[in-house]
Amino acid sequence: MRIAVCIKQVPDTTEVRMDPEKGTLVREGVESIVNPFDTYALEEGVRLKEAHGGEVVAVTMGPPQAEAALRECVSVGADEVVLVSDRAFAGSDTWATSYTLAAALKQVGFDLIICGKQAIDGDTAQVGPGMAVHLDLPQATYVRKVREVTAERLVVERLLEEGVEVMELPLPAMITVVKEINEPRLPSLKGKMRARKAEIRTITAGELDLPAGDLGLDGSPTRVMKIFAPAPREGGEVFEGEPEETTGKILSVLEKEGLV
Amino acid sequence: MAKLRITDACTGCSACVKACPYDGIEVVEALARFNEKCNWCGTCREACPFEAIVEEQEPAAAGPAVDLAAYRDVWVFGEQRAGQLASVVFELVGEGRKLADARSQDLVVVVLGSGMEEACNALLADYPVDRVIYVEGGELETFEAEAYGKVFSSLVRERKPETVLAGATSAGRSFLSRVAVEVRTGLTADCTGLDVDDSGQLVQTRPAFGGNIMAQILCPNYRPQMSTVRPHVMKPPAAGSGKGGTLEKVVPDAANLASRAKILEFIAEVEDTINIAEADIIVSGGRGLGGPENFKLVEDLARALGGAVGSSRAAVDAGWKAYSHQVGQTGKTVCPKLYIACGISGAVQHLVGMQSSDVIVAINRDPDAPIFKIATYGIVGDLKEVVPMLTSKILARKGH
Repeated sequence: MRIAVCIKQVPDTTEVRMDPEKGTLVREGVESIVNPFDTYALEEGVRLKEAHGGEVVAVTMGPPQAEAALRECVSVGADEVVLVSDRAFAGSDTWATSYTLAAALKQVGFDLIICGKQAIDGDTAQVGPGMAVHLDLPQATYVRKVREVTAERLVVERLLEEGVEVMELPLPAMITVVKEINEPRLPSLKGKMRARKAEIRTITAGELDLPAGDLGLDGSPTRVMKIFAPAPREGGEVFEGEPEETTGKILSVLEKEGLV
Repeated sequence: MAKLRITDACTGCSACVKACPYDGIEVVEALARFNEKCNWCGTCREACPFEAIVEEQEPAAAGPAVDLAAYRDVWVFGEQRAGQLASVVFELVGEGRKLADARSQDLVVVVLGSGMEEACNALLADYPVDRVIYVEGGELETFEAEAYGKVFSSLVRERKPETVLAGATSAGRSFLSRVAVEVRTGLTADCTGLDVDDSGQLVQTRPAFGGNIMAQILCPNYRPQMSTVRPHVMKPPAAGSGKGGTLEKVVPDAANLASRAKILEFIAEVEDTINIAEADIIVSGGRGLGGPENFKLVEDLARALGGAVGSSRAAVDAGWKAYSHQVGQTGKTVCPKLYIACGISGAVQHLVGMQSSDVIVAINRDPDAPIFKIATYGIVGDLKEVVPMLTSKILARKGH
């Protein structure tokens, strides 16, 4: 089975914050990482390959720097890596991203596409299902377990708000996974060496042969008009001292607010 | 934002470099220039003190891709589970009503399902909805993304709504992103604010980068404008605000009902406690508890208050509490009347999941913990002493 895993290089959002006075983004020391949710997707792909044979192709769309993220994927088990990169893709929203990635995936070839449930920078969860439509595939989102795999079909468990849904899909298909699905492995020394030497296939806009008007900013229906710092929530009264006293104070304010 | 150009006014001051969220602009030989990481987001344009960054004229072809005037009305996806409308539908009715009024248009709730006629009529009787479009079919009884996507897309193509809102639930997110691609329009995920600007466009506000920044997003040239909206952010209208709206039943095209994915089974999660997403009071524990045995202190306080038990990611990762209790970016977003954080330091990932709570109480030993910066009230102290004492005082007041 040929398994394509879509990954994204993202800034470590734990480190990104706004300077509330200047309204600018504080980016110093922020590292780029593989989107954490995608590491579960990759691990699942590698596990399926190890159990059933085949190969895992990690695919990302991004600037040339995203190569580093692809090398990380090789270090934990990806057999091939593909960088979909072109200045023409800049400014893509989820429509244009899913359109471009779908076209690249057609060239790469796949029986199954696995994505993380969402990326931690944009948090949209829209690119996976979007690709499924562009590629005319059935989908299962929020997969927490792959129960069965054959050459023709897949049985998965989906983690929903009120329980777990068991779903059967014919292949080819697209699934997105949640972190309950597995525990991603750490790179081995051999894996790290393989990563250093790995050959990265690059797919550019010219190779995809898509109308320019459907790519990047021009192909994106949505426009970011403004980025700003969220209104800070003000800290309130803090009580220090003996628990007997502080709990009494807290209780009386909560009572005043009608909460107890 | 359109594409940008740097004019002669640039002095190479690098204010833009500092402002760029993507590291996409650099100063070379005392002049700014965009590099391949630039995403045309336009933050640099706002930051430039010399107004040296300007929008490129969009080519004529980049004007509206569709006849914008042909689209009207605000639609809300009437998500249902087991025949019950989800609580987010009522929140969206409240918000959708405001948007529809601002545009002098109708508010329409679109329900896909089976045996839902009574629920649709009850919605019309009690809430300010102009019309309900009810697409009835046995195949639509349970949500499945492919069939729901096709049925909803064909309805959008035929009726041309100007705006479409759905809850940012697992169902809403899974199928509206399919609809956006099928009808070729924009979709903004997980919005926390919606408004109509002077030109009548929908201004969609959403958090990004884990809630560290907010972005405002428009869909200028395509219709409908579509958003998924975070549950528990918008307020539902009061019941009894019905305005005598009408119900229209639609029979779906059989070809749209075919789905390749088959649902084999649904296993309801057995919750022994109140679901945190719906709770009015939540008491949460974090790493500061020191071990799973101390979660009992949190549970006792929650019980005394009639609330639910939440957890930080650290405590879930440590195996002290099940994932269904996790509050935060990778867990649930909650908006209770009272949120009590015990031994939670307040990492941004946790804060984004609970900072819209009405009242936040933080109990932590470290007076410098970030949680105190957003807490309405705080107690600095050892939670192993403070929490049980608070519990016993509350029980004492209740006369136990």
